[in-house]
Amino acid sequence: MSEQYDVIVIGGGHAGCEAAAASARFGARTALFTHKIETIGEMSCNPAIGGLGKGHLVREIDSLDGVMGQVADAAGIQFRLLNRSKGPAVRGPRAQADRKLYRNAMRARLEGQANLTLVGEAVEDLIRDSSGHVAGIVTATGRRVRAGAVVLTTGTFLRGLIHMGEVRIPAGRVGEAPSLGLSASLTQAGFDLGRLKTGTPPRLDGRTIDWAGLEPQAGDEPPVPFSFLTKAITTPQIACAITTTTQAGHDLIRANLHRAPIYSGQIDSTGPRYCPSIEDKMVRFADKQGHQIFLEPEGLDDPTVYPNGISTSLPEEVQLALLKTIPGLEKTVMMRPGYAIEYDYVDPRELLASLETKRLPGLYLAGQINGTTGYEEAAAQGLMAGWNAARKVSGSDPVIFDRAQAYIGVMIDDLITRGVSEPYRMFTSRAEYRLTLRADNADQRLTPIGLANGLVGSLRENAFATKVSGLEQAQELLRHRSLTPSEARRHGLTINLDGRSRTGLDLLSYPDISLEALVPVWPELAALSPEIVEQTEIDARYGVYLDRQAADIKAFRAQEHLALPDDLDYGAVSGLSTEARQRLMRARPASLGQAGRLEGITPANLTVLLAHLRKNRPVHAQTA
Amino acid sequence: MKFTDTIYALATPRGRGGIAIVRLSGGRAFDAAQALGGALPQPRRASLRGLKDTQGHLLDQALMLTFPGPNSYTGEDVVEFHIHGGLAVSAALLDILGLIPGLRPAQPGEFTRRAVQAGHMDLTAAEAVADLIDAETDAQRRQALGQLGGRLAALYDQWRVEITQLRALVEAEIDFVDEDLGLNLPERAAPILWRLISALSDHLADNGRGERLRQGVSIAIAGSPNVGKSSILNRLAGREAAIVSARAGTTRDVIEVHLDLGGVPVILADTAGLRDSDDPVEAEGIARARARMAQADLTLFVDTTHDPAPPPMDPRILWVRNKIDEAGPDLLPPAFGVSALTGAGFDVLITELAARAADLAGASETPVLTRARHRHAVTRARDALTRVTFSDPELAAEDLRLAADALGSITGAVHMEQVLDVVFAEFCIGK
Repeated sequence: MSEQYDVIVIGGGHAGCEAAAASARFGARTALFTHKIETIGEMSCNPAIGGLGKGHLVREIDSLDGVMGQVADAAGIQFRLLNRSKGPAVRGPRAQADRKLYRNAMRARLEGQANLTLVGEAVEDLIRDSSGHVAGIVTATGRRVRAGAVVLTTGTFLRGLIHMGEVRIPAGRVGEAPSLGLSASLTQAGFDLGRLKTGTPPRLDGRTIDWAGLEPQAGDEPPVPFSFLTKAITTPQIACAITTTTQAGHDLIRANLHRAPIYSGQIDSTGPRYCPSIEDKMVRFADKQGHQIFLEPEGLDDPTVYPNGISTSLPEEVQLALLKTIPGLEKTVMMRPGYAIEYDYVDPRELLASLETKRLPGLYLAGQINGTTGYEEAAAQGLMAGWNAARKVSGSDPVIFDRAQAYIGVMIDDLITRGVSEPYRMFTSRAEYRLTLRADNADQRLTPIGLANGLVGSLRENAFATKVSGLEQAQELLRHRSLTPSEARRHGLTINLDGRSRTGLDLLSYPDISLEALVPVWPELAALSPEIVEQTEIDARYGVYLDRQAADIKAFRAQEHLALPDDLDYGAVSGLSTEARQRLMRARPASLGQAGRLEGITPANLTVLLAHLRKNRPVHAQTA
Repeated sequence: MKFTDTIYALATPRGRGGIAIVRLSGGRAFDAAQALGGALPQPRRASLRGLKDTQGHLLDQALMLTFPGPNSYTGEDVVEFHIHGGLAVSAALLDILGLIPGLRPAQPGEFTRRAVQAGHMDLTAAEAVADLIDAETDAQRRQALGQLGGRLAALYDQWRVEITQLRALVEAEIDFVDEDLGLNLPERAAPILWRLISALSDHLADNGRGERLRQGVSIAIAGSPNVGKSSILNRLAGREAAIVSARAGTTRDVIEVHLDLGGVPVILADTAGLRDSDDPVEAEGIARARARMAQADLTLFVDTTHDPAPPPMDPRILWVRNKIDEAGPDLLPPAFGVSALTGAGFDVLITELAARAADLAGASETPVLTRARHRHAVTRARDALTRVTFSDPELAAEDLRLAADALGSITGAVHMEQVLDVVFAEFCIGK
């Protein structure tokens, strides 16, 4: 008799960890299979979490009681809130992390998670039952383990191939074997697999860097944590340094361009435009005199330094020569060279919004296998895939966020609707309702949904309830207090003398009036906690814009709720161009809104679809 | 394509003529053509066919033309029958088409609507088709043709491209703050923003000339009863348009005559004589006259040599003194003296009116607003641009999006992916 779980997660990276934790939190008996327990929570590339858009994702994960935020808070050694000088909607928390602390914290977290078993064994194949549903896995040792649902998070391991100059090594990461069996199983099942590319810079021995001559960059004081539950960061904080490439280095790269795999023809898959290798930068931004490099220590007691900005797949000796041309790195020792890696991904248009594949019911995909890049993107998908896999096994409907609810919703909708042509990274600009979807209000947006759908524990429930009642109290205080303009002027607040009184909330909407400025007027406001004060100020400041977005969101939801039936005969819709018809038949969008976001579907096409829906709607009124 | 709704309509005016054209569009157009006229001719080649009804009786000898989609006006399969232009011929053909399953009469504008839906033209071009069909004067024709050729769409698209560039700068400032872009947002973006605001404002401050050219310059003729307003209208129109009688208060309603003054369409309205009246019908006419004057682009205020009025001070009022053939005090400028009876003075008046009309609505070298729909959208865009301050990039981005969407609503729409494309084309982004 073989073992059995409700949900099996394959992969111990950022998607896998979050998927396993979510499934187990929901109450499903969960196993995480990874080829090596020791690399659970490994940061394969940049030792940093968060950033713009990405920091938003971490906050959303945290709001659903996910693990990434708290683990990053435990492992962070330099926190910076990006865009601090700009508005709160576009501020992104980011932290450099100690890689070892991160791994340890993640492993401890998963080991302490009820319902979760960690298994150090590679998976080679999927089991399917007679109806085609995925029903378990086969490990490298031939062990068959059954499960109600499987979440696949293979990262760069699916037929991973490392490139370094002319050298090619099949690998998922340096020194770790690729996964070939699973790739074959997916191909066999008929999945449309593509190839993507990403890269990583060489790693340096920090003890051989001349730090004294470089511009240091310190973190924020005090650091702003990721998790809504973290009160303070206790891990020691360090500085990093900034240097830049030089003309000599540029000449060297240009002289060796023909040896770079992307220019020699050795790689023809697509890498991310926003994460170009240094040789890419030479070609695309030929005029630039120097490219910035952030020297980021990989740990408190680890000499390894990550030079952020010079990802490369040039031959090893060229990399070493290049480093010597960079100020501060003249004498540096390269601990290991950078490389490019190609890997398989599944066209994410194969997925439902729950991240379950259309082709193999019971199989969920998350992370780089769906064409994304980044730990945070992976973790966010992992959480949704693990949660929805567990829900499916328990017979519950999937939880799906729309574009007006969460960055998670924006990302998944982008993936399943438009597919990817390069590794997909989150940006704040991808969110239409950016002013509404903020890092500061992620809990207000998502925690109630997590609570109602079995994902959020009591600790967060209590903390959240406290915050909500604090916010309500603040709103109540401000709404019921008002000043005439002349009274306001007496308190030093500049208001038009128009005789109209203004409530506390009205006053806060003025960019130059802070809540602190109102304390002398209404001393009882002094009792509000700083967190509540900040949140209240943000809501007031964006008030007018938020109202307008609320109207936009209403219109957006109206389109989202216009369902396009699964069996809609696009051939019978008059007025669609052949091209639009083919695109719609291929994608089978779930709603009119989703149809509008498909490549090549015009507003005119939508008008036609809408007219068709109206015409064919049953005449009798629907009864509730 | 077999299942699309196929539409048909008489494309030429109803009535007698040399030929009439019946047009079909849709998935069944070719089947229908074959059923009526036998073998289909080569695409876009006129061929003579005998059109027969279901019993095989000949309806007419016609030229048949086929335009296979998507390279047709509507993007669908299109057939044209050029038949003899008699009422009975077209009626018989339309009857037969109505009997073919899957065919139905077209709704107004439906052929052009399908062209828009097929992506063959944008909304402004579709509006231009309507304007071109309605054009009565040469200036109107030229304006509509320019718009059909995409002059207006090109202008709005160009602005949207510039707004997209601004959005790319702002989004880079927000999302790639760590990337050492050397952006200097205000310095790079402000000149583009100012130029856009001023271009949109200039476009809006056209005094409504495009809309006026499309709809006609409205000129009201006003004055006391019996000063000869209707006679002046008739002289200007060159025909008997209003009931003219010597009894005071005859013209109780507003009577309109459409004129072509040097290519500019003019709607000349005769109004009831202005005086206090107890007659409720006449009072109503006077109220309408005053309303008409208030809306008019220009008013001809008429008095006579017998009963001179004080000169009006409003530049939108032209002072006309009638009955100069009869004795009276000397004419003082700026009045135009005319005689509706003899026609004296009308040459000078018409020259002045044509000059004024050209001023108000003459064809313009630059593309102009032709519809209130465009004006509202451009106003929304301009207002949103005016709110932009680059020190709040996230709010600037929001207002720029609103501006782009407003302009996009005139012709099409813009997707965020395009903005990101511009970001990546222009900047060095690391990481």
